[in-house]
Amino acid sequence: MPKNAEIKKVLVIGSGPIIIGQAAEFDYAGTQACRSLKEEGIQVVLLNSNPATIMTDKDIADQVYIEPLTVQVVEQLIQKEKPDSLLPTLGGQAGLNLAMELAESGFLEEHHVRLIGTTASTIKRAEDRLEFKEAMEKIGEPVAPSQVVENIADGIAFTNSIGYPVVLRPAYTLGGSGGGIAHNQEELEEILGNGLRLSRVGQVLVERCIAGWKEIEYEVMRDGAGNVITVCNMENIDPVGIHTGDSIVVAPSQTLGDKEYQMLRTSALNIITELGITGGCNVQYALHPTSFEYCVIEVNPRVSRSSALASKATGYPIAKVAAKIALGYTLDEIKNGVTQKTYASFEPMLDYCVVKMPRLPFDKFISAKRVLGTQMKATGEVMSICTNFEGALMKAIRSLEQHVDSLMSYDFTGVTDDELETMLSRLDDRRIWVIAEALRRGVTYDRIHEITQIDIWFIHKLEVLVRMEERLRRAGEKVLSGEPAEKALSQEVLEKAKGMEFPDSVIARLTHIPQERVKELRSRYGIQAAFKMVDTCAAEFTAQTPYYYSVYGGENEAQRNQDRKKVLVLGSGPIRIGQGIEFDFCSVHCTWAFRREGFETIIVNNNPETVSTDFDIADKLYFEPLTPEDVENIVDVEKPDGAVVQFGGQTAIKLTEALMKMGVPILGTAAEDVDAAEDRERFDEILEQCQIPRPAGVTVYTAREAKEAAAKLGYPVLVRPSYVLGGQGMQIAINDQDIDQFIGIINQIAQEHPILVDKYIMGKELEVDAICDGEDILIPGIMEHIERTGVHSGDSISVYPAYNITEGNVETMVEYTRKLAKALHVKGMINIQFIVDGEDVYIIEVNPRASRTVPYISKVTGIPIVPLATQIICGRKIRELGYTPGLQPRGAYYAIKMPVFSFEKIRGADINLGPEMKSTGECLGIAKTFNEALHKAFLGAGIKLPKYKNMIITVRDSDKEELIPIAGRFAALGYKIFATKGTAKALNEAGVKAIPVRKLEQESPNLLDLVLGHEIDLIIDIPHQGAEHSRDGFIIRRNAIETGVNVLTSLDTAKALATSMENKAKGLTLVDIATV
Amino acid sequence: MKAYLILEDGTVFTGSSIGSDREVISEIVFNTSMTGYLEVLTDPSYAGQAVVMTYPLIGNYGICPEDMESSAPWPEGYIVRELSQIPSNFRSQDTIQHFLKQYDIPGICGIDTRALTKRLREKGTMNGMITTKPYEDLSEPIARMKSYRVTGVVERTSTRERYVLPGPGKQVALLDLGAKRNIARALNERGCQVTVYPAATSAEEILSAAPDGIMLSNGPGDPAENTKIIQEIHKLYQSQIPIFAICLGHQLMALATGASTYKLKYGHRGGNHPVKDLETGRVYISSQNHGYAVDMSSLDPKVAVPAFVNVNDGTNEGLSYTGKKIFTVQFHPEACPGPRDSGYLFDRFMKMMEVNP
Repeated sequence: MPKNAEIKKVLVIGSGPIIIGQAAEFDYAGTQACRSLKEEGIQVVLLNSNPATIMTDKDIADQVYIEPLTVQVVEQLIQKEKPDSLLPTLGGQAGLNLAMELAESGFLEEHHVRLIGTTASTIKRAEDRLEFKEAMEKIGEPVAPSQVVENIADGIAFTNSIGYPVVLRPAYTLGGSGGGIAHNQEELEEILGNGLRLSRVGQVLVERCIAGWKEIEYEVMRDGAGNVITVCNMENIDPVGIHTGDSIVVAPSQTLGDKEYQMLRTSALNIITELGITGGCNVQYALHPTSFEYCVIEVNPRVSRSSALASKATGYPIAKVAAKIALGYTLDEIKNGVTQKTYASFEPMLDYCVVKMPRLPFDKFISAKRVLGTQMKATGEVMSICTNFEGALMKAIRSLEQHVDSLMSYDFTGVTDDELETMLSRLDDRRIWVIAEALRRGVTYDRIHEITQIDIWFIHKLEVLVRMEERLRRAGEKVLSGEPAEKALSQEVLEKAKGMEFPDSVIARLTHIPQERVKELRSRYGIQAAFKMVDTCAAEFTAQTPYYYSVYGGENEAQRNQDRKKVLVLGSGPIRIGQGIEFDFCSVHCTWAFRREGFETIIVNNNPETVSTDFDIADKLYFEPLTPEDVENIVDVEKPDGAVVQFGGQTAIKLTEALMKMGVPILGTAAEDVDAAEDRERFDEILEQCQIPRPAGVTVYTAREAKEAAAKLGYPVLVRPSYVLGGQGMQIAINDQDIDQFIGIINQIAQEHPILVDKYIMGKELEVDAICDGEDILIPGIMEHIERTGVHSGDSISVYPAYNITEGNVETMVEYTRKLAKALHVKGMINIQFIVDGEDVYIIEVNPRASRTVPYISKVTGIPIVPLATQIICGRKIRELGYTPGLQPRGAYYAIKMPVFSFEKIRGADINLGPEMKSTGECLGIAKTFNEALHKAFLGAGIKLPKYKNMIITVRDSDKEELIPIAGRFAALGYKIFATKGTAKALNEAGVKAIPVRKLEQESPNLLDLVLGHEIDLIIDIPHQGAEHSRDGFIIRRNAIETGVNVLTSLDTAKALATSMENKAKGLTLVDIATV
Repeated sequence: MKAYLILEDGTVFTGSSIGSDREVISEIVFNTSMTGYLEVLTDPSYAGQAVVMTYPLIGNYGICPEDMESSAPWPEGYIVRELSQIPSNFRSQDTIQHFLKQYDIPGICGIDTRALTKRLREKGTMNGMITTKPYEDLSEPIARMKSYRVTGVVERTSTRERYVLPGPGKQVALLDLGAKRNIARALNERGCQVTVYPAATSAEEILSAAPDGIMLSNGPGDPAENTKIIQEIHKLYQSQIPIFAICLGHQLMALATGASTYKLKYGHRGGNHPVKDLETGRVYISSQNHGYAVDMSSLDPKVAVPAFVNVNDGTNEGLSYTGKKIFTVQFHPEACPGPRDSGYLFDRFMKMMEVNP
């Protein structure tokens, strides 16, 4: 069927800020789809509130709106741009929900906008629990016995009829928000009550618990003519009970016979046919482990995290094909871009094994419960490819960048066998390490399976790895007893260990053979990594797309091209707090810019959710862990003329030294200058030379030294490890006890680098991203943070242009930037953070690389920062590129970047803002005035206030004076203020009416009752600094977050929110970023 | 024990011996299915060939005897990257290692099956040898390999005796040319009584039983070699009885009615090939296993017209016989292994028999 000629202008809605459950995969899908639409000559209007995305670039869409994702905005946008069609299935659940609201209200019909891809009724049948159940019953597809309830009493009655445990799934939420498993009535009441509140429609599905069954997924496609295919099936190693986003997933399924595989495949195709989906769809199954019984768990009638994974696992671009289908094409008309010989109607066949592992944020949220369940907690994920499962798992483990490199990375020495059994039954992020330990201690497969319900096949594979550790350890004993390395470690063992992807460093550790010597032995035995191609067809056809993975033992398929200069672009790995999608934005733009400069571009990355790992972004894609050894294998084959590390966040920067040792020139700022910015003493020297002040500070290694330093500097001090990103481990200490505690935490992981202790100065925080060509600098703009120092820059509301500083401050900052960029011989990007205290300007941090703010500043200033920096790295000068050096004139718009958090997903995490970053994503508010921009930013972050006009305030004594005017503003907005005794007294005395409430430990009704009473919509709670966080405050904050109440922990944020609410505009002015 | 796979072009792959350690020469073909290794092993169409599984992890779910597509494995040899050390499936009763030994099938594991597949793709299907003997001089085994032909395989794989699989409905005569069990099972499931005939059965014998329909099965080898059977099939063609044919049966019917067949460079073996139903325009993902195809240019439209075509390479995937109740397909609607999407063709056959008085 040819393309529908009536479709000319399409509105695509993105998924908004990155939050747990909705990450970079939608930027990948959206970008791919937009490019696919534009290829067909369609005009694309894009709406997404997330400025860090590639899809919001003007080269991806024709009109780009970085505006809040609200019904009002979409309506206004449709009236303004008059698209004829809306493609709703690319923006995740957020985009889909918006489109549904507009379809249901009749707005789309009224404005002659059709939903393309999938119709509203199809979406409803797939998403509405009741309609879905009916559809499944109609075609005889089994679903677990379940009932949709709208109140707690019905939930209890139904559960009593089917028995505990039951799974609770709120309708229309993402990442399983608010869901859970209830084992008794108490749990049922709690989870159900919460779920009912979080569901957009106030419905929760209560369902028979199928925990322990195999969890299997199918990615299927259907076109308008009814042709259906399967792209990929996937098996979760973790049985049903752990959200698939938090599960270790393998593709294709490993423990299903053809009978089971085809049974579920046929079912998935029947379902997509019955629902009438046109495009991609994900179907999740629970398969009974000892029979053919199965249940359909759920269907996602849109692209999803799983579809991104399936696309990367197979080379089949689901979003691109889905976009073409939406335009009317059929599967047999769409060419497979990988082979150029086959069509989209050909089912991919894998000749390798893919493992996906979640990146969980427990390193950031130390107090959080590590338990995994039906609520997703991962912020990102890694994928790896190998011809065997063991190798794929080992590669995935080291791709996580979480100080894990093997199954030995957690220490269980103090754990008794009984305790270990208990740990086995606990589902947390360390479970495979616990299983490995159990195997080491001789616990049987059957026992482990009985406890964990993980299939014996996977347990056996872990055993294979454990046995290899043992063989290497035995070789190590021989080495220790004086045997020469080459005798102790046989070629056969080394070959096998490498075949399972044991890194040289781990082999060295186990065998006591120095790592360099292990490498030597490998080259003597001819054990080298070879690269194989992901080609969608298991080598049946020649493929055109150079998408590679490494494997030991086999023929190398990656050929070095001789014609052009080659650049290695190092990606940023999994999305985590502190290193998000921004760095993928930078990597992709850098790649495109190098290509325009005539380079052959080679990307290395391991994140399946991103645009950078799409096979047509770079000339070559290596889907590999970002460790020195893995990168060196690629370097050996490609022999690049240089590598660029300044766009891949800290992941890439950390590889600088290793690349130099490999003899790969670092393009842009030299490695030693990168080091100078990170090395405290060298950096201090430079600052001194440039006569730039910084808060006084000392480098220490031990807690004792730290306390001495703090005594000299005077409390409060900032304590942090060097070489980290996102302020990881950074804390404000107010006394010696704090220092002992913080350094204890930092030293849980062996530190190669020293710890920094700095004087904490309270002031305004500002930030600059600049480009330097060795002589001149270009500063697109200066950003000012709303929150004062002490809150991590990634968690602060950031305003461009700076709005509250003097001309003198600006001049000083520009001057310092120029001096520092020159002193550090920066070629390319530099990011500097300043403190401004009156006329004094201090430097707090310098990063010789692209930062998290680059995408947003590029977009609001219209200056293509990454391409410019790349051109400069290639030897061009700022002046010859048509720019006047120095600070660029400020733009016509205010742009305010607002952090977005996912606290409700991480039980037990403290939401208190501090020097350690906690936000998962960001959105942008852009407008002609500061106030409107601020309002849009809050709206984009999902803060829609007021709701009940009841708030609670509790602050420290020292903040009371500052609080009074802010509280007064909320009172003027109509808020009824509840406050703890001291705060209430201060407010009432100052003439702001406040109702005192009892503290937590006091009898009811107290603060907590008020929070749980669901009539509060805002809490301002300023906790004490230091480790001794008030336990009460913590409980209040957690309860508030879990019941959906907004909590602010900074007075600056509170002030900004008041401004935003005071300026709640009648209508918003929408800004087409493409014209900025 | 070390084992070697030697191709007739002189390429040698070194791996480990699995199954029997006897030396074997055969044609080497690859199959891209990710599941269904037992169905592949027991598909009689592989007689005379050694199969390379492109999916690297084989044996994960052990051996489930009810999944066997015939009474025994047929390939001459079995080539894999890695065999699972333990089977894990509730129905599994054996390991693939033991199964191969039990049936004396030689094989090799631990080789770069992708490199091998690429060679077969580029040079076309080749003969090769699996051996545990380290040959110093390859010229002698290569000469033996070059003279190897897959021959006499239909007779070898067909049933010796006629037998009946009872059912309450239509009477179907199934000519076993090396049939997979699921063809008869698919007919039984639709209520048919299936009488299975040896490949060498005369047309007269089949016709004298006056079946409601005739089913020509899949099978191994070069279709053109079966001259005697082709003559009998020509007689079946001339009868008025509805005929449905799969794979080799499809090729033999084409040969019986004047068309010709040719050998594909490396065949189609897997569970992912899209075939287009030319009547409806719908595309179905099919299970495939064939090394030969019907030459479309040799078709006389007065006799037969294409009914299905392969979306990827445009080769013929099915024929509809003009003025006859005969339709034939190159692919495998009986699945096992592979997608069941084209199972509706059995229903079409049922319908054809329905309207037959």
